[in-house]
Amino acid sequence: MAGTTEVVRLNVNGDTREVGVPTHYTLLETLRYVLALTGSKQGCDKGDCGACTVLLDGVPTLSCITPVWEAEGKSVTTVEGLAGPSGPHPLQDEFDLNGAAQCGFCTPGILCSAAALLERTGTPTRDEIKEALAGNLCRCTGYTKIYDAIEAAAERMSAAG
Amino acid sequence: MGTIRDMIAPFDFFQPATVDDALALLSEHGDDAWVLAGGLDSFDWFKDRIKRPKVVVDLGVIESLSAISESGDGLEIGAMASLTSIVNHARIRADYPLLTTAAEHVATPQIRNQGTLGGNVSQDTRCWYYRSGWPCYRAGGNTCYAAAPQAMNREHCILGASRCVAVSPSDTAPALFALDATMVVRHGRRERVIDAEDFFIGPSTDITRMTILEAGDLLTSIRIPAQWAGARVYYEKVRDRGSWDFALESVAAAFRMDGDMVADARVVVNGVAPYPVRLEAVERSIIGSRASEDLAIGAGEVAIQGVRSLRHNDYKVPMMRNLVKRAVRSVVA
Repeated sequence: MAGTTEVVRLNVNGDTREVGVPTHYTLLETLRYVLALTGSKQGCDKGDCGACTVLLDGVPTLSCITPVWEAEGKSVTTVEGLAGPSGPHPLQDEFDLNGAAQCGFCTPGILCSAAALLERTGTPTRDEIKEALAGNLCRCTGYTKIYDAIEAAAERMSAAG
Repeated sequence: MGTIRDMIAPFDFFQPATVDDALALLSEHGDDAWVLAGGLDSFDWFKDRIKRPKVVVDLGVIESLSAISESGDGLEIGAMASLTSIVNHARIRADYPLLTTAAEHVATPQIRNQGTLGGNVSQDTRCWYYRSGWPCYRAGGNTCYAAAPQAMNREHCILGASRCVAVSPSDTAPALFALDATMVVRHGRRERVIDAEDFFIGPSTDITRMTILEAGDLLTSIRIPAQWAGARVYYEKVRDRGSWDFALESVAAAFRMDGDMVADARVVVNGVAPYPVRLEAVERSIIGSRASEDLAIGAGEVAIQGVRSLRHNDYKVPMMRNLVKRAVRSVVA
């Protein structure tokens, strides 16, 4: 029946969450309005702006156009899950130190795209950073400080081994 | 807890585990069913509440549909293979770089991660009158708002119009067409293998569809024959900005050279018609001739025979001429 609620079982930021959701819900609606994880933003809500980007099994994914059921059996990482037990992710630190966020609305999606990039390659070139962020729109910063912050985080992470 | 923003009209959601299960659902629900692949095109329609399917059949968990495998001496690419997996596929890059390049030009990293080859070739047009829910011919109404005297039709077609002037938005379709790819379509137990020429249809065939796919049909894979493996290729996509966007126009071409002579060629343009257009007259004009600047210039002139621009898209004519010229120029020694 359309409009019915069913139970979805998700692994979000390392926690298993079992919640009831309407069958037509997206992953983003579930994160924000059922699990109260409001870090992932509802921007254009149509897959254009990248503000809703989360990592599904480490792959940058637009949660606003992903049916929540497609996240079952995969690990979901949102911006809330980037920090480790010892503190913020180096990207988060460097965004702070470099002034890479202004209004901040695009930041959670950009952090997720950047985290996936740094998983893939420890020392990305600026062109690789630009390409990795091509699906994340920022209307404030002009991107330069974002690129600076990602380069600084990459250096810090490779120095730390 | 934030405010509930329930954007989408409710639907039943199915994730069949096999192609047969998917076909059974499509057969059971007929016109009420919507096939969901990567979701970019689908969710745009759903969230505007313009398309309100009762049943959504998500192909996302049918593993066999995302396989890329050898097929005879060519390749068979599952309809649900992501564009990223195509970009990263070594054999495709080695033998069919035209497809690699076209897939690389689709949208953004996230969209290529989610977007599929089958979805990319099956997606609906982006004519904004139609996408905004205007009751145009394509939507079952009785006028074309994009061809009206005051219409904004900068992105619309210069070829193949028949009441509707929308264009095909696919980046991979012209590349697949140029590689003589075929589409494998299942309907119940029946399987058809359809040439690109017949898969992409214009409004004179059916004004409500971009492809031959009808209710109950499922595009399961796309086959690329070996014929164009290792060929000289050219791909160019023109868009309004350096970042991602749909194409204003694109060209995909493949050439077999015999020394400096063009032995065989495929030249396909998109963004000019409601379907990707193979320019056979252009191909005839260059096959058997020595590749030269003059040949390229001539090919560009042949390409634009018969085009007819709308009020705001005159620019598409020289753009098409120049894209074809550049494609042919790419094989000039």
